[in-house]
Amino acid sequence: MHSFRFSAEPLPPEAEAARASVRAFLDAERAAGHFVPHRTSWTTFDAAFSRRAGAAGLIGLTLPEAYGGHGRSGLVRFVVTEEMLAAGAPCGAHWIADRQSGPQILRHGTEAAKRAILPRICRGDCAFGIGMSEPNSGSDLAAVRTRAVRDGDDWVINGSKIWTTNAHQVDYLLALVRTGEPGPDRHGGLTQFIVDMAAPGVTVRPILDLSGHHEFNEVFFTDYRVPDAMRVGAEGAGWGLVTEELAFERSGPDRFLSDYRLLVELVDRIGPEPDRFQAVETGRMVAQLTALLGMSASVARLLDQGVVPGVEAALVKDVGNGFERAVPEIARRLVPVEPSLTVQGDAFREALGGVTLRAPSFTLRGGTREVLRGVIARGLGLR
Amino acid sequence: MSRTDHAEAGDAVDGIVLDQVERLLAQHLTPALLAACDGAAGAAAWPADLWAALAESGLPLALVPEAEGGIGLTATTAAQLIRRCGRAALPLPLPETVAGAALWAAAGGQAGDDALSLVPGGSPVRIAPHADGFVLDGRAAQVPWGGSVPALLLDAVDAAGVPHLVRVTAPGTLRDTHHDLAGEPRDTLDLTGRTVPADDVRTAPGWAAEAGVPSVDSVGAWVRAQQMVGALETCLGSALDHAQERQQFGRPLAKFQAIQHMLAEAAGHVAAATAAADLAAACWSDPRFVLATAVAKARCGEAAGHVAAIGHQIHGAMGFTQEHPLHRATRRLWSWRDEFGSDALWQERIGRAVCAGGGAALWPMLVRLRGGAG
Repeated sequence: MHSFRFSAEPLPPEAEAARASVRAFLDAERAAGHFVPHRTSWTTFDAAFSRRAGAAGLIGLTLPEAYGGHGRSGLVRFVVTEEMLAAGAPCGAHWIADRQSGPQILRHGTEAAKRAILPRICRGDCAFGIGMSEPNSGSDLAAVRTRAVRDGDDWVINGSKIWTTNAHQVDYLLALVRTGEPGPDRHGGLTQFIVDMAAPGVTVRPILDLSGHHEFNEVFFTDYRVPDAMRVGAEGAGWGLVTEELAFERSGPDRFLSDYRLLVELVDRIGPEPDRFQAVETGRMVAQLTALLGMSASVARLLDQGVVPGVEAALVKDVGNGFERAVPEIARRLVPVEPSLTVQGDAFREALGGVTLRAPSFTLRGGTREVLRGVIARGLGLR
Repeated sequence: MSRTDHAEAGDAVDGIVLDQVERLLAQHLTPALLAACDGAAGAAAWPADLWAALAESGLPLALVPEAEGGIGLTATTAAQLIRRCGRAALPLPLPETVAGAALWAAAGGQAGDDALSLVPGGSPVRIAPHADGFVLDGRAAQVPWGGSVPALLLDAVDAAGVPHLVRVTAPGTLRDTHHDLAGEPRDTLDLTGRTVPADDVRTAPGWAAEAGVPSVDSVGAWVRAQQMVGALETCLGSALDHAQERQQFGRPLAKFQAIQHMLAEAAGHVAAATAAADLAAACWSDPRFVLATAVAKARCGEAAGHVAAIGHQIHGAMGFTQEHPLHRATRRLWSWRDEFGSDALWQERIGRAVCAGGGAALWPMLVRLRGGAG
């Protein structure tokens, strides 16, 4: 019998206690006009915001104090994360480093890399990008062709990466590259490196998204030299590392709260006396969201206990992305407006326009829905 | 004993009770008995031997505290018990009895271990003082096994519009009987002129009732949500097994990517429905009960349609017959999602509460619902 048991235990008191401090920080940020919730999302890159969040002790929560972190549990970090998302805070300058690159370096990086990089991440002063996808590889990471060749104490990298969020602004990429033969299961010969975007041999080509916004990039490496001390994990161990990293990337509330501010604007736009259609559809979305919050908190608890719940994480992302994709489609049926990015002063119209243009990415980033369903099917014993 | 010892002792009792239920259901629920109880295929039987075995194990009072003569299971474990009944398609109102007896005990009533059914609040019954007790006026409609059970629990409204929780024993005159899509009896009883002693009229505990939501409806919806999780598990499990066993075009169905994606989608619905029902289970006798139940009924009801459709598609024509047991799960899902308030009704209630609060209040509400400080 396949049954899913998502613990409905409340989050522990120390996690709930953290809620007040992150809310106080966010209230002060909004009051100072540092961000406008419906115009930003968690991918919005704002280096100054991230430095202030770092100074407030809201980044690197799970990293050890020896490396500038706060030595707190993953569930404390979970609360900070969901509050940032619910507030529509611009977290793009620290999100990836905090969510996955920092923890990866802590677990698998060299001491030199940890000392050089982790304290900067915790200060909110070191942005990371994800260097997994390549042109023609998409979600099929085994197809990675960018190659690193050993040369003394260095590795020399040639190739390119694509869909790299904020590559033009980040300090480092955690890049998955080929250092050996793929082997029979295609999972061999891959290794991760921390590549310094300021070193010579890297060029970045912007790719504009549907809203005309520059967030994506293609990154080219030409005889790009990386010291061996910046290798993360053993040579050839890259596949296992990215699999582990993806459980963190896939299960968080960022997989279903991307357009939470649109839901807030929708509720306000409908007003206190909804018609039946508006009430039913709003209630349906809130019921879905409540279930997702429960699932995601459960997975966070498992991750905190050192379990890597690959299937449950994939379920959160698959169900969560379905929800995220549906919100703008439902919103436009409940309130008839013409969405626009250029009309200011109508938060609902702006939010609807922005989310409509961003929504196609929700079911792509972190693995397409179709790949996720393959992961779930494997977990169900079907392949 | 330390707190941990207590918890472990409790876990052991919970495990024993759940094992016992599993064993009783496996032993008694033969295909022949299930067919005999299926009113859609003819006159439905009340499986008296099975009820006697369940009652002898004390299960009707599973959720009633030990101090009041019950087993004192946690609501989370009682929900697991009800899910097992849902998985096995138990054709008896044990789930209604478990929750109804606990509600009655919470209202200060003395719960017995007889079968008890819950009256949906669709058409309210009126109540007025009379001699030493009260007199009822109205009909109890759509009552699960209403014509077979010795007692009903219902919400009745007095002349001032104040709701009361009422137990009606030997409910009497059957006006109408029919069956839900699963062949379970859903009866209408005439209660006009029925008198009840003062001791059988109570005020429902505040956690079970909220403005506009009768307590029996919310408890009934809670029961149906937990049952639906069980039936969803059966439906998904059967589809997974079938996909691995059935060969088509020279390979098992499970090897086709389209089939894998359908099953993954169904698993997502089951997981989300389970998470919502888990939350409602954790909120029994808590101020969050009605809202958490609304979420669970809405989410499980939505999952029911999707998962039943995928289950049938995977099973092909075989699953469309009474020869295959799949229908015991799917016909119940199609019935249960509309009983004690459809998913749309509960969604509407959630939506009205959210809109009344405004956008800024939504996030704190979601946090509180999960057990945080809002």
